[in-house]
Amino acid sequence: MKFGVVMFPGSNCDHDTFHVLKDVIGRDTVFLWHKDHDLQGVDVVVLPGGFSYGDYLRSGAIARFSPLMQEVRAFARSGGHVLGICNGFQILLELGLLPGAMLRNKDLKFLCQFVHIRIENDRTDFTRAGKKGQILRIPIAHFDGNYYAPDKVIEDMRRNEQIVFRYCNADGKVTDEANVNGSMDGIAGVMNAKGNVMGMMPHPERASEALLGSEDGQVIFRSLIEAIEHKGRIAR
Amino acid sequence: MIDEKTIKDHGLTLEEYASIVRLIGKEPNLTELGIFSVMWSEHCGYKSSRVYLKGLPTKGKHVIQGPGENAGILDIGDGLAVVFKIESHNHPSFIEPYQGAATGVGGILRDIFTMGARPIAVLDSLRFGPLDDPRNKVIMEGVVSGIAGYGNSIGIPTVGGEIAFEEGYSLNPLVNVFALGLAEKDKIFYAKAEGTGNPVLYVGAKTGRDGIHGATMASAEFGKDTEHKRPNVQVGDPFKEKLLLEACLEVMSTDMIVGIQDMGAAGLTCSTTEMAAKAGSGMEIDLDLVPQREEGMTPYETMLSESQERMLICAKKEKVAEVRAIFAKWDLDAVVIGHVTEGGRLKVKSKGEEVVDIPVDAVVNLCPVYRRPIRTPAFLRKVSKLPEIPLPADLNEVFFKVLSSPAIADKEWVFRQYDHMIQVNTAFLPGADAAVLRIKGSKKALAMTLDGNSLYAYLDPRQGARIAVSEACRNLACVGARPIGVTNCLNFGNPEKPEVMWQFKEAVGGMSEACRAFEIPVTGGNVSFYNDTEGASIHPTPVLGIVGIIEDIGKAVRPGFRTAGDAVILLGENKEELGGSEYLKVCVGLQKGIPPGIDLTAERKVQELCLEAITEGLLRSAHDVSDGGLAVCLAECAFHSGKRLGYSIDLGDRIRADALLFGESQSRIVVTACPRRAGKVLALARKRKVKARLIGRTGGRDIVVRVRRREVVRVPVGDAFKAWKESIPSRYKVKE
Repeated sequence: MKFGVVMFPGSNCDHDTFHVLKDVIGRDTVFLWHKDHDLQGVDVVVLPGGFSYGDYLRSGAIARFSPLMQEVRAFARSGGHVLGICNGFQILLELGLLPGAMLRNKDLKFLCQFVHIRIENDRTDFTRAGKKGQILRIPIAHFDGNYYAPDKVIEDMRRNEQIVFRYCNADGKVTDEANVNGSMDGIAGVMNAKGNVMGMMPHPERASEALLGSEDGQVIFRSLIEAIEHKGRIAR
Repeated sequence: MIDEKTIKDHGLTLEEYASIVRLIGKEPNLTELGIFSVMWSEHCGYKSSRVYLKGLPTKGKHVIQGPGENAGILDIGDGLAVVFKIESHNHPSFIEPYQGAATGVGGILRDIFTMGARPIAVLDSLRFGPLDDPRNKVIMEGVVSGIAGYGNSIGIPTVGGEIAFEEGYSLNPLVNVFALGLAEKDKIFYAKAEGTGNPVLYVGAKTGRDGIHGATMASAEFGKDTEHKRPNVQVGDPFKEKLLLEACLEVMSTDMIVGIQDMGAAGLTCSTTEMAAKAGSGMEIDLDLVPQREEGMTPYETMLSESQERMLICAKKEKVAEVRAIFAKWDLDAVVIGHVTEGGRLKVKSKGEEVVDIPVDAVVNLCPVYRRPIRTPAFLRKVSKLPEIPLPADLNEVFFKVLSSPAIADKEWVFRQYDHMIQVNTAFLPGADAAVLRIKGSKKALAMTLDGNSLYAYLDPRQGARIAVSEACRNLACVGARPIGVTNCLNFGNPEKPEVMWQFKEAVGGMSEACRAFEIPVTGGNVSFYNDTEGASIHPTPVLGIVGIIEDIGKAVRPGFRTAGDAVILLGENKEELGGSEYLKVCVGLQKGIPPGIDLTAERKVQELCLEAITEGLLRSAHDVSDGGLAVCLAECAFHSGKRLGYSIDLGDRIRADALLFGESQSRIVVTACPRRAGKVLALARKRKVKARLIGRTGGRDIVVRVRRREVVRVPVGDAFKAWKESIPSRYKVKE
């Protein structure tokens, strides 16, 4: 199987994600250039973290117009797996592939730190290698990670089990204190109704090597590998 | 015709003007005068400092490039090299904290990638006035968000540094930014323009009127009119620099170019003259070809603009189209604005007319060098003597007071605003003795630290500098790294004041002694003079940036205690030294005394012992004793333990208890070992003739310290942790 990591101007977690997918997880991985129209036959498109187009105007707002995004949109529509991490999540929101929007963090500061998130749904192609209720120790690094959606949308997502991760404390409790950026309902990651597109603010690529303090982020990549290599897609 | 006022407005003396006339054989026009004024400014010309800097050791087995280039370069083996340097951005950060600090980061990063290295780490040394003053809070908040805004966006992790507070920095904060990059040893680029006829390309952002005379501004004292200087501060665009970084590294991975130089201080002036001078060439450029974002700029403005995110490239003639294609891929301008010539002259055309014609050698290499008058400051006699200090009744209270002093307190409020994990190399999170970055595909790791202590340097500049070098190396030893090279940022007042010049001479002398003692070369650095506002100079502040190598990252050690029941061992000796301590400052209100003594040979032995114990796998933690003394060191070991492990310590030293707990005697490291290895650590110390002894055990929920069997401190770890943790954030809490 093959991962593709999109490079926008201003992406800066592209090399990190590439490194983890290729050298740590050990899967074929290619860079996809934002000006191209070619997805190079990848099985999973990863939109990495960073400051695409400097995040000028609004995080992710300009990147959605990159030429390659037409292909990514079509790929997602046809059921292809798309994972957006941090800025990638923001871009997916701007593209309309995921519901909701990002506000500034509640304390109006950039936050880089390890947090805990809880797997809310393990019947997804992004979490099937984990267990519902499992707590992942994983870093965040963002200014605009305060997830917002209208109550009705949140309600629908909850019913539809689209909420994949929520911020929690070390004991797995979702509390205000653990919800460092102030996200609605403590949401750290969501997927679309079809279950093939997911966005998350935490950085799994930064939590994939023991040397860096955590390997919990591997769950997400391993889940995708399971889903694709074993063709065992979870029916939704 | 240039009049006297114009000469003085350019920060030049009449004598300097006379030598310009002599060197170029004519009266300069205004543009030419502008060029000389920035290149001969203190900031670019090092005219007051050069005679002393020459005495620093610059050679060593790792050195590939010493002082004189954009950055120093050290060989770290396996075909790799590190490229590193530190720069100050003090004046701009006071006038406009956010942009001043942001462009400080942008500038130093260009110095690194212009040599072909990908920047992998930033550290900063910051100094502000006390946080009780709301103005200082605003400056610190602005500086921190400026560093974050630039570094986070461009994607270089800010992995460490230091922050200190002194009254003297209220009107003159210090922002020193260190950056380090990794390069392939045989793919290093230099700032040279050679090969007659080779094209000179301007790449990156367009030129505007921002930052004109930034270098000259950094070479004068500040008065009350600093508000008016705001337009002298450049505005940063980290997104543009990210594109520039990627495009330049892509070009440098090929064989298309001859040399490259960033446009930092003095912009186009500095890059054209220096690149030509380094190769003994000349250069002709046409300003009409320079991409501009403002209309009607004069040649003077274009040559002196310090607009950010620009580079000058000397390409191979036949490769121009390929170079331009790479920049086009990254949506950047890359325009041929001239070419390399013979004869060593810089000729600049504008609207068909020649506006500059001067010899580059005179501009770059013949800046006057001064041996300015020196005088021992009279205040030293007054401040060196300590009055009788009553022994405090309650050391618990002192302990809390010192822990919550912003200089000592936890800095998470600051570093969590910095992306310190990007590039997935950060093995140790900020807060450890040194930043530790793994090198992908290798067992090796890099360790880096920035250290300075301006109070010591104020009380004794020579000693202060010796301690700064020693402490930086000690920090490296504590993580298991051996130091390989040094860069420094020397922040001082007005060098025309003989007392300031004396401080400078002493500090450089002390730095030199210490670097020789540790056998580490100085590969470059930065001098920032004129840190005076309204006539008052800052404390002399030498800041040392030292890089070390850890041979096996699996063996590196952190400061935090690991398990209950471990043996706590003190390497080195406790002495009765209170001068210059944080304790005296915070609890007694005194910034006096003589700083702690230091025996460089003994210091090195302690460090070597620590390194060997780590390499042998004997230690579970190591943390150096510095600001706040032994009490603070031990508390930090507990705070970094994750589980907030308590400890119980017994000290038998026959010295007064406050000095024992909070005195800042040098050459001490607190280490822990599992009980059955403790004996081995002590035996190793005996073998190496270093004093070491068991002083207690980890464990429990309390911090307990006994002096000669009498309990002097007992507090729950959680309470001490809270005081340390919440001190800085509480000062920024919005009152509801």
